[in-house]
Amino acid sequence: MPDLRPVVLKLEGITKRFGTLTANDAIGFALHKGEVLALLGENGAGKTTLMNILFGHYTADAGTVEVMGQALPPGQPGAALAAGVGMVHQHFTLAGNLTVTENILIGTRPLWRGGLGRAEARARIAALSRDFGLAVHPEAKVRTLSVGECQRVEILKALYRDARVLILDEPTAVLTPQETDALFATLKKAVAQGLSIIFISHKLHEVMAVSDRVIVLRHGRVAGEVATADTDRHRLAEMMVGAEVRLPAPSLARPGAALMELDAVSTPPEGTRPGLKSVSLALRAGQITGLAGVSGNGQGALADLVSGLVAPSAGRFEVAGARVERWSPRAALQAGVGRIPEDRHATGSIADFTLTENAVLEDYARPPYSRRGWMNWRAARAHAEKIIKDYDVRCPGSEARIRLLSGGNMQKLILGRALETAPRIILANQPVRGLDIGALTYVQDRLIAARDGGAAVLLISEDLDEILALSDVIHVMSEGRLSPGFPRGTKTPAELGVWMAGQGFDHAA
Amino acid sequence: MEILDILLSASFWAAVLRIASPLIFATMGELICERAGVLNLGIEGIMVAGAFAGWMAVYAGLGLWPGLLVALLTGMAFGALHGLLTVPFGLSQHVVGLGITMLATSSAYYAYRLSLPEVTSPPRIEPFQPVHIPGLSDLPFFGEALFSQTALTYLAFATVIAVALILYRTPLGLALRAAGENPSAVEAQGLSVTAIRIGAVMAGSGLMAMGGAFLTMSAFSSFFFEMVNGRGWICIALVVFGAWRPGKALVGALLFAGFDALQIRLQQTPLGADIPYQVFLMVPYALSILALVLMSRRAEVPAALMTPYNRGDR
Repeated sequence: MPDLRPVVLKLEGITKRFGTLTANDAIGFALHKGEVLALLGENGAGKTTLMNILFGHYTADAGTVEVMGQALPPGQPGAALAAGVGMVHQHFTLAGNLTVTENILIGTRPLWRGGLGRAEARARIAALSRDFGLAVHPEAKVRTLSVGECQRVEILKALYRDARVLILDEPTAVLTPQETDALFATLKKAVAQGLSIIFISHKLHEVMAVSDRVIVLRHGRVAGEVATADTDRHRLAEMMVGAEVRLPAPSLARPGAALMELDAVSTPPEGTRPGLKSVSLALRAGQITGLAGVSGNGQGALADLVSGLVAPSAGRFEVAGARVERWSPRAALQAGVGRIPEDRHATGSIADFTLTENAVLEDYARPPYSRRGWMNWRAARAHAEKIIKDYDVRCPGSEARIRLLSGGNMQKLILGRALETAPRIILANQPVRGLDIGALTYVQDRLIAARDGGAAVLLISEDLDEILALSDVIHVMSEGRLSPGFPRGTKTPAELGVWMAGQGFDHAA
Repeated sequence: MEILDILLSASFWAAVLRIASPLIFATMGELICERAGVLNLGIEGIMVAGAFAGWMAVYAGLGLWPGLLVALLTGMAFGALHGLLTVPFGLSQHVVGLGITMLATSSAYYAYRLSLPEVTSPPRIEPFQPVHIPGLSDLPFFGEALFSQTALTYLAFATVIAVALILYRTPLGLALRAAGENPSAVEAQGLSVTAIRIGAVMAGSGLMAMGGAFLTMSAFSSFFFEMVNGRGWICIALVVFGAWRPGKALVGALLFAGFDALQIRLQQTPLGADIPYQVFLMVPYALSILALVLMSRRAEVPAALMTPYNRGDR
């Protein structure tokens, strides 16, 4: 049935190339008034590029954007805003030194005009907060806000400018399940008031929950369009990947001895990041321990402890049954900790080093890669080539700089580097973030295989689905505290969300 | 005891205001640049260029106020070059800043030699004279201490108020502060980060040049090589000392000027006979470093300071 509601936004033939990569290839679609359109696709499918063109951050190589029948001049965010297009970016565009009101006011008045009209603005913001269920203190410094609150400010920014089209780029990536529900309630209210929404996501259940219509992007092209009511998660997943999707279904774990044990361990906080607060945890052989939580709640501190970057300031810390006296990255390596760090660019690799150099970053000081202080590049290269072959790293060769690799291939090299040492304990911190489905299932399968080989795996992820699918036991972190372990299948996402919001701990403690 | 006598003399306070004036202009200029996200190390050279341009314009026949305008425009021209190189081209702000300092300084010296090839001592101009404010200037003690300055000193204080008002009470100031914290916040609201940053660097550089011009057009009446003598670098420290806030930076400038005025006078006391005068010269700098350490611990540095912004980069 054709949609008879008026078209508010129309894209035609949008094409954008970055060098040899065609990020968007002749994409076109229309958005109707009062509609929630989901833009679904894997990382790298071209969703964010498309929205940045629409909003004027990028200029398209070809194609047109029309808002309410008027062509939008390319490359001007100001024109998009004036036409009533508001965008909530994946990375918030807020100035932390300013208040909520000030952030909303930036650019809303002629620059040379005196006065900010704060009182008037505050009243309008209060009214919008109330109407759309976006609770946030208008005089709070943005620096002090939680991620969920920042997102509400971003939405308020768009509403304050009378946006008729709201674009949300991966809005739920940083939210707890409860915050996500609140966001969806806000979106419903917005649609009821005649706004139109483009909801960008790669999370299928959210797309199913919130949208009226889905457009699937694959490799920069529209791969399909379907009314949400006429489809389901599996069919969407197939459209997204272009093949049938297999969810990891690990066999039952056979947990063994505790290889690393924390008993009431605390670590000092670092800047705004909380340290561990009296955390007790056992990482057992042959078991994947999943760590859920909203990012920035102490997962980093635990990862740093396991990988040797920080030492405990209190509590008992045992590795392989022996109490640890001196703990450092080198000690962790010698104790058989394999590390897949959270940020593969910043800490996992050195961008301008070759694959060979990156492959031996942790072992370069040991034979066969070096003897008596001299590097043995032949051995290092052989090692790198073995990883490239065994772990299917697609690259120009072992002597190419690692910065040329895609995220997935870089991650495979890091995975290979960690697993080739046959680690007893594996720290996998966000191991599949930003990977496409092919690389993702590969990495997950390797982790499961390592578990079956008797390693203790600590999996840290913000993706609750991933935690639920892979973990044999799940802990939740909130503000540096750790929940008890919940065995596989004993907690629903909503129940874990309560812990993620920091609510279960009071009863437990 | 000598210190108490000095602090109670009206001439000491008059000197503090006089010494502080060029620092206030240039500190406000640097503060504007840094609040928008650009460290302007061209300050030292721009002050030299401003000192020369203002003085030369008056020597060549312009009035004092038009001469000041020439200084301002000279500063803005160097600011435009700095802004062009650091903002759209995104070059290292340290390298560009030091380059501008060298360029502006040597341009001023070169222009001086070109226009006055023969002289051994620089010619004098008729500088700004103290303004007599009816009532205030006649007050006992305070009249001499606070109200015996030239118009430029009062202008310096007015500049602080103007900068504070613009930063905190206008849409322009809001956009400028946001540009120094998170430029993408400015871009996402439809404004041009490039325009705001270049504008801020030009305006700030203009103020720096006025600070330099104060030296030749109010404090002294001619132009000497080395007369700026590191004041620009002091202003960079004063911005940090002031935690990027105009009011606090003003306090810092007055404090530094106070130490400076004090040490000059201490040299004349019996104490000065025993201690080498270089020790006194050192005092303001040593105390400034101490104050900097104590004051700037918890300062909120503009988060995007020294970070070039490229549209579309993630």
